[in-house]
Parts: sequence; C-alpha cells; structure tokens
Amino acid sequence: MMTKFTKRPDGRKFEDTRPIEAKAGVISKADGSAFFKIGKTSAYAAVYGPRELHPRHRQDPKTGILRCNYNMMPFSGEERVRPGPSRRSKEISMVTEKALQPVVNLEDYPNAVVDVFVELTETDAGSRCAGICAASMALADAGITMKDMVTSVSAGVIDHNIVVDIDGEEEHIEDVDVADIPIAMIPSTEEITLLQMDGKAKKEELLKAIEAVKPALKKIAEIQRKALKEKYKG
Amino acid sequence: MNQDLKNHINEALKKGIRLDGRKKEEFRKIEIETGVVATAEGSARVKCGDTELLAGIKLDVGTPYPDSPDDGVMMVGSELLPLANPEFESGPPKIQSIETARVIDRGIREGKVIDTKKLCIEKGEHVWMVMIDVLPINYDGNLIDLGGLAALAALKNAKMTELKDNKVQYGKRTKQDLPIRSMPIPVTVVKIGENLIVDPTDAEEKVLDARLTVSVLEDDTICAMQKGGNATLSVKDINEMMDLAIKKSQELRKKLEEALAK
Amino acid sequence: MTDEKLLVKDKDIVIPGEVLASGMNYLPGHGTYRDDKKIIANRLGLLTIDGKVLKTVPLAGRYMPKRNDVIIGKVIDILMSGWKLDINSAYPAMLPLKDASFSYIAKGADLTKYFELDDYVVLKITNVTSQNLVDVTCKGPGLHKIRGGRIIHVNTHKVPRIIGKKGSMVSLIKGATDCKVIVGQNGTTWVSGEPHMEIITVNAIKMIEEKAHVSGLTESVKAYLEKATGKKLEVKIKE
Repeated sequence: MMTKFTKRPDGRKFEDTRPIEAKAGVISKADGSAFFKIGKTSAYAAVYGPRELHPRHRQDPKTGILRCNYNMMPFSGEERVRPGPSRRSKEISMVTEKALQPVVNLEDYPNAVVDVFVELTETDAGSRCAGICAASMALADAGITMKDMVTSVSAGVIDHNIVVDIDGEEEHIEDVDVADIPIAMIPSTEEITLLQMDGKAKKEELLKAIEAVKPALKKIAEIQRKALKEKYKG
Repeated sequence: MNQDLKNHINEALKKGIRLDGRKKEEFRKIEIETGVVATAEGSARVKCGDTELLAGIKLDVGTPYPDSPDDGVMMVGSELLPLANPEFESGPPKIQSIETARVIDRGIREGKVIDTKKLCIEKGEHVWMVMIDVLPINYDGNLIDLGGLAALAALKNAKMTELKDNKVQYGKRTKQDLPIRSMPIPVTVVKIGENLIVDPTDAEEKVLDARLTVSVLEDDTICAMQKGGNATLSVKDINEMMDLAIKKSQELRKKLEEALAK
Repeated sequence: MTDEKLLVKDKDIVIPGEVLASGMNYLPGHGTYRDDKKIIANRLGLLTIDGKVLKTVPLAGRYMPKRNDVIIGKVIDILMSGWKLDINSAYPAMLPLKDASFSYIAKGADLTKYFELDDYVVLKITNVTSQNLVDVTCKGPGLHKIRGGRIIHVNTHKVPRIIGKKGSMVSLIKGATDCKVIVGQNGTTWVSGEPHMEIITVNAIKMIEEKAHVSGLTESVKAYLEKATGKKLEVKIKE
C-alpha cells in the first residue's frame, strides 16, 4: 500500500518507545512516590494513603476509595497552562482512576481513601500514559495491596502505519490520517484498563495497534519493576 | 499547637542546636540545577534538605498595562501542590501560596531584576510577558527563600524565543538572554522564643513566633520585606534579623553564581 | 502433569503481580494470593519461605491497627465521650472516659485537664472492629501522656528491627545516649534527652529504618553509636 509515512521524525523504529527513565521513592513526604519519563514527557506521582476520608458521608464501610488527581505544571506545555483544574485535567484524572482501580485491593481499606496525585513537569504527548505508569509505581511503593501493576503507553496509526509511543511531532503531522490511542494494560493478564482514541483510522488498524503495543508494555512493566526493586538494593 | 514541643525546640536552641543538628544560622545543603524542563523557556530545580522545587519561565506576547505602555510584563505564580506534603490539599490556592508568590514577586519586581523597557516590542501594543511559576515537588520548609532562588536561576537560564507576527514561536529558541540586571536574594529569618534561625524545616515553621523575609541586592541594599507570624517584633529584633539576612544572602548569592557558572 | 516451580528465593524483593511459584505445591500466605495454578505477590515486600507457605514481609505501607499493640497517638478532637486520636493510620482511635485515668472522671468535667489537643499519649489498643474502628486505653503500665522530648515518625514495618530481639537494639541506643525512647508499633516514636544525644538517637533510628533488611545492621549501629558518643558499648540480649 502506498504511504507517505516511511520514517519517524526522530528516526525511531515503528515499534520503539522513546528512551525511558523510572525511579521510585522520590518524594520523601509521601507514603509512596515515583518519577516516570518517556522522551520529553515527565511525570511525578505521589500516593498518600490509606488515610481518613473526608467528608464522613463519603466513607464506605465495605471498601476504600481511590482518588486520582492529574495536573499539568504551568510551564509543562507550549503555552503556559493556567493553574487549576480544567475540564481536560478532570477527565484525565477520571480515566487514570479507572485505569488503576481494577488492580487495587480497595476492600483492604474500608472507610479510607487512597489519594494519588500526578504532576506533569514537561509534556510531549503521552502524558496521561506516563502519569499512569508513575502512579502505578507510586501505589506499589506505598505498600498498597494490588493484584498487579498497571502499565501504559500510547499507540498511533499514522497514514495507515502502526507506531508505538506517538510523540508530539507525530501527533501534529498534517496531510495524512493520524490516530492517537492511549492504552493501559495489566501486564500479567493483558486486560485493558484504559483505552481512548482520537484521530482517524480503520477498525482493523486500531485492533492491530492494540496488539502492537503489547511488547512495548511488557518492556515498560519490566522497567517499572526494576525501578521499584532498585530502591531496596542494600 | 503542642507547647511542649515548642519548649523543647527552644531549649535546644538555647544550646545552639536545632532538631536536625544544624546551628541556628546554618542552611541545609543546597543544590541548584538549571535547564531541567524542556517545555519551559527557562527553568531550575532547587533541592535543600528534603525540600525540592521547580521554577519555570514561560514567555508570551501581550498588551502592556495602560499606565506603562513601553514596559514588558512580569508575574510570579506559586501553588502548594498536594503532591508535595500530606497537609497540602487540592483546591483553590491557600493564603500561604498566595503570600509566597507575592513575596517572591515583590523581591524580583522591586529589585528591578528584569529591564522591562527592553521587553517592549511596540509601545502601547505588544510587549513580552515573562511568567515565572514556582512549585514544590517535596516540601519540608522554606518555600519563599528557595522559591526565590529557583526563580532567579530560571530567569538567568531563560532564552528568548523567535517571534513571527508578534506571536511567540515556541520551540524556536534564540541565544539571547532575558534582560536581567540584578539578583535580589530573599532570606527569611525565623524567630522562635528569643532565638533567630534561618532555613526553617516544616516542623520549625509550625512553631515559629514570627518571621521576617528580607530581599537583599548585590550591594547589600534591601528591596523588599515581609513580616509574618503572630508575634510582634521589636526594632532590635528587626535590626538583628536584617543583619542576619544580609549575611546569609551573600552566602546564597555565591551558591547561586557557582551553580549558574556550570 | 502440573509444572511445580518456585520462581523466587528467600529474601528476594517482590512487587505486586510478580509470580512467585507455579503449581499446587506451595500455599499463599500474607502478601500473596493464588490465581489459578500460580502464587502471586500482592504488595511490595521481602519474600519469606516458611515451609510450604510463601509470604511477604511488607517494606512500606501505613500502620493497620491491631489489638494489644502499644502505640503513640496525637489528640485531634475532644468529644463528650472521650478523645479522638490520630495514630498515623487511616483509622483514628477513640479513648473513652473510662479508659483515660485510674481516677474517676465525672460527666461534664473539663477533659482538657487530662489530655489537650496536640498532646501525644502512649496507649494500648483494646479493640479493633471489622470496620477498623479502634478503641484504646491509657490505663496500664507504661501508658501515659508524653511530656518533653520530641516525636519522630518511622516506618511501622521497621519497628521490630528498631526494637530488636527482646528490646536489644533499642536498649543499645538508650544505653549509648542516655535518652528515653518509646517506639510505638504504629511507628510514632518518642525520644527525650540532652539535645545532642537526641540527634544521635534519631540518626541511629533512621539508620535502622534505611538498612532494616541488610545484614550486619547491629554492628553498624553499634559502630555509629560508639563513634558518635565516644562510649564503648555492648549488645545485651535479655534472657
């Protein structure tokens, strides 16, 4: 099939992610924390909890609740981001929560809340995915009981080509159809906990994209695992 | 507030020692790094003990204030991110972060750090806007001083961007620095009982009686001050606090210059 | 034929989701769960193999209240029925009037005469309900309001190491610095003594917290204390 897109702007192979850096336990005041950087997108996550949930009437005697807050620092985008929650950040907070919820054993924390705060210090596409990777590490770092980790990266379809970890420049390619597909997955079962898409692509291409990111997600899961164990090396 | 703990801190201070073993006039080890945020036109990270914060500069082009048509615009923002400390909550800015932003702003503005006339593009129509944001990632005290240092380092690190039709071309950086003329260093002196200390930790901030932030310029003149805390200060106190602030500003200035030279 | 395999060794650091063993030979203990034929870790911890049981010792996580634990709490509210305390957990504790003092407290008495807001108190947990409501008492040996000194917070999971076998580690520290030390099971710890000695005590405790799972810890702590205090020390294990 004829395609104008034969090379990625930064020279990566279609199935390669950008370089990744991950570290656990970076915020001493938090119960758990992590830093996750992919290309030029950097996210910090801090977990506080389980802690008492206020207001009292929101407490659930059968289970704890997970509360996620995604925020971009004012200097983390091209133009300055006005401080405070936006509709976009509220939506991302919600999908982040839904991405992590299936693995957290919230029944172990009745009446309590586990707060997860995600802050992006710089962004170049894939920010919600980086946030989820950092948040998952921070939850483990906080000793929260979880069935598994959650790992996340975005897939892309650019002029009918499947790519892994679509970056800012690729998102804005003109003249061809581009689709950006953030995905989060539980590595051991391959269950999907986050799936969004914007752009334009055929159904078969999207399904192929979801399959195509699995090796990258497994690689990222291994990086998250190493970072957590690294913290405890004597 | 636990009076017992405060008495304990006071007793230790009388013997010249603080809870973490520091002397009264001792700052924790400070690390300053610049150019740490790719999306900011200028940035810096400051680590001091367990406090870590980021400062970032964003540039834009806008209309000047009507009473200063050929001056660029500068503003400082700060937020107590809930990520940084269990006591910081989500929600609209608390008075502490508003005060921090305004005190850092005052130091930079009154110290005439930025030559705003050089930021004029077209009088009355287009000027450069310099937006400085200071945010803690991990918080254990002394936001004003460390935030002020980070803001200065970020300003020195910043480069102008290209313009096209009076619109900023983000990502197209030039080699041109911001027009920086001076570096006022803010130093907050904290009074606990009859003792004066600098660089308070979170625990020390909770038991302070009063504090005085003094922004000091290169020639030891003062360009901004702010008193905080519930207790009163005598003129003798203020005199001593100003002297201590001036002395410490010289040390901090050296640290900052060393970091910028790298 | 099922594949019986142990995939980890004793004292490995494991993370949530890590497969520890396959097959039905092993049993899931604390910190692990069985999924089909696999045993999987459900928290960050140090793997312990106890015969056929695989479990993890948690390395992180906030304190979960247990009956009979001796803890240190901070008064955060004063109610008609008693005092509410923050015990460094998701769950506050209640100290009822009848458990506050050996002397009788009349209804309507000024409760701040006993404990005020922000007071720290050494308490024993008398009951934890299924919803983690916690009752405590201040009546008993070693239970009292704290006066003087300072409070630090340590990781609740490191408390056994800080106390040591039969209290040997904390005794080593107390002997070296002449400080009073009470380590609450919830991690809230009281240290009281001469200011310089308090700092040495806190440093020793922080050292144990950081290196709790490393061998030779007692020797390192002893060496640090001897260097810092100039005293010659002996590790005594009470019989």
